[in-house]
Amino acid sequence: MSDHAIEKPQDVHLPATSLWAKLPVIGGVAAVAGLGFTLASAHGEHKARALFSYLFAYETVLAIALGALGFVLIDHLVRAAWSTVLRRIAETIAVTLPLFALLWIPIGTLGFHELFPWTHEADVVLDKKRWFLSNPFFFGRAAIYFAVWSFLGWKIHSTSVKMDTAPEGERKALVHSLWTLAAPGIALYALSQSFQAIDWLMSLQPHWYSTMFGVYYFAASILSFFAFITLVAMGLNKAGVLKTAITTEHFHDLGKYVYGFTVFWAYIAFSQYMLIWYANIPEETVFFMTRSQGGWEYISRALPVLHFAVPFLFLLSRHMKRNRLALGVACTWTLVMHCVDMYWLVLPNAAGHGHASHLEVTATDVAALVGMAGAFLAVFGFFLKKHPVVGINEPRLAESLAHENY
Amino acid sequence: MSTTKPWGLLAQYENPAAVFHACETVRDAGYQSWDACTPFPVHGLDKAMGLKSSKLPWAVLAVGVTGSSLALFFQSWAMGNAYPFIVGGKPLFSLPAFVPIWYELTVLSSCVTAFLANWIINGLPQPYHPAFASKAFERVTDDKFFIMIESSDPKFDLEATRALLKKTGATLVEELQP
Repeated sequence: MSDHAIEKPQDVHLPATSLWAKLPVIGGVAAVAGLGFTLASAHGEHKARALFSYLFAYETVLAIALGALGFVLIDHLVRAAWSTVLRRIAETIAVTLPLFALLWIPIGTLGFHELFPWTHEADVVLDKKRWFLSNPFFFGRAAIYFAVWSFLGWKIHSTSVKMDTAPEGERKALVHSLWTLAAPGIALYALSQSFQAIDWLMSLQPHWYSTMFGVYYFAASILSFFAFITLVAMGLNKAGVLKTAITTEHFHDLGKYVYGFTVFWAYIAFSQYMLIWYANIPEETVFFMTRSQGGWEYISRALPVLHFAVPFLFLLSRHMKRNRLALGVACTWTLVMHCVDMYWLVLPNAAGHGHASHLEVTATDVAALVGMAGAFLAVFGFFLKKHPVVGINEPRLAESLAHENY
Repeated sequence: MSTTKPWGLLAQYENPAAVFHACETVRDAGYQSWDACTPFPVHGLDKAMGLKSSKLPWAVLAVGVTGSSLALFFQSWAMGNAYPFIVGGKPLFSLPAFVPIWYELTVLSSCVTAFLANWIINGLPQPYHPAFASKAFERVTDDKFFIMIESSDPKFDLEATRALLKKTGATLVEELQP
């Protein structure tokens, strides 16, 4: 309990000399170089391989942006107070979502036939799925996802920004409009993020299906988002932004989220695995068959240990979550493992056309990831610089600044 | 009036800030056997009282690890040695099949320990407490805040302690009989 009046933070703008202010330029250069190199490599015999690198990078980074949207929607839905000081950062991550419509173009054009076997293969199973996996429906769904994400991301961010300058009497109405938006928004979000995982990841192996796959992607998505926002908050603090506003209490709560969703990811991943393992039906086991040979078996065995057991034991103690260095290490680790997880989802399908896929990290994998992260960070950095990094007029900001864990 | 030594002193405060600062004063005066009672959790009161961090996590960890190990051991032993039985064409030692029970018993042993250890550490169940005799104390579940200092505390001195509590802004100081 604090007995002194809490003042609104003053350090809400990125210092012009900090690396954060240069993020749009640095990210832009990385995007042009990385994505340029990947797409330039996408011809001849390496065409498919480069496009799989591109899809891997796309889904890895999209997960963070979608996680941010989910977090903000849940926050408004439950009227969360503790996270108000962090909400603008999450909103700024979510406002990058329209960018992903642009970044999807190579997947829908250049990569369409290379990535998705159902576009040119036919058999009795695929014929049954044709109503769903057909070109017009596929592109129509993609258009709906991008419309939903862009609208929600933009609407929430712009309303929040409007609150910064709105007179006191109008702020409440703005917050209420977000509460109203969040209820249908969360349903649209849940459906669209699940179906994009089905469309762009599960249909890489069109004979295979798993009813848990949408949740699997959600787990990866929200986990990577929490790891990312924690690192952003630490980085902003280092640059002298929100130095006293974001306290150990907020980092503790972010740590709990990273920890909790690490367990959630493992729970979902194992539930999916165990049902397939137990039933032992060929059309289901094919997913794990392709991932138990050609070097993929090492990643399949490493994921439960490195993506679950290690961070689980590392972050178990309250003291670790409240220690910035330890939490920073855990979040960096989690993001690296998120990349490995997405790599493991996408790349084993890279062969598919008669020859066995084997684990081999190529230059396009690295370039695509650097480029995709660069494009995302450039837009994120642009909006972060443009507006205060905290909603200074949020009605529940004082509550968030005073937040303490029991 | 009885001349026996009272069980302790009960002090009443009107708001969370008052009880918070009173706790700091009592803590700094060096008292050990005392407690604060509030109608709702007051943030940071544990620090103001100078409470050490709870031992509960260690109990939960110890029993959780034991329960976890036992679950894994028992399943391996039962399925592999005591009653080897092939289910669904799977190997006798099939780790994926053991995981749900492994997980559940880890959670169960941890939760039950957290619950029971909580009762033990807090001295529950406690059907009677000297403060229950106080009429004023009834409002602890409503809108009043209390500190009670036990006479068993080495620093306890009826008059000096009473003066200390008065000084912290207590609106009422009562003697509690055992």
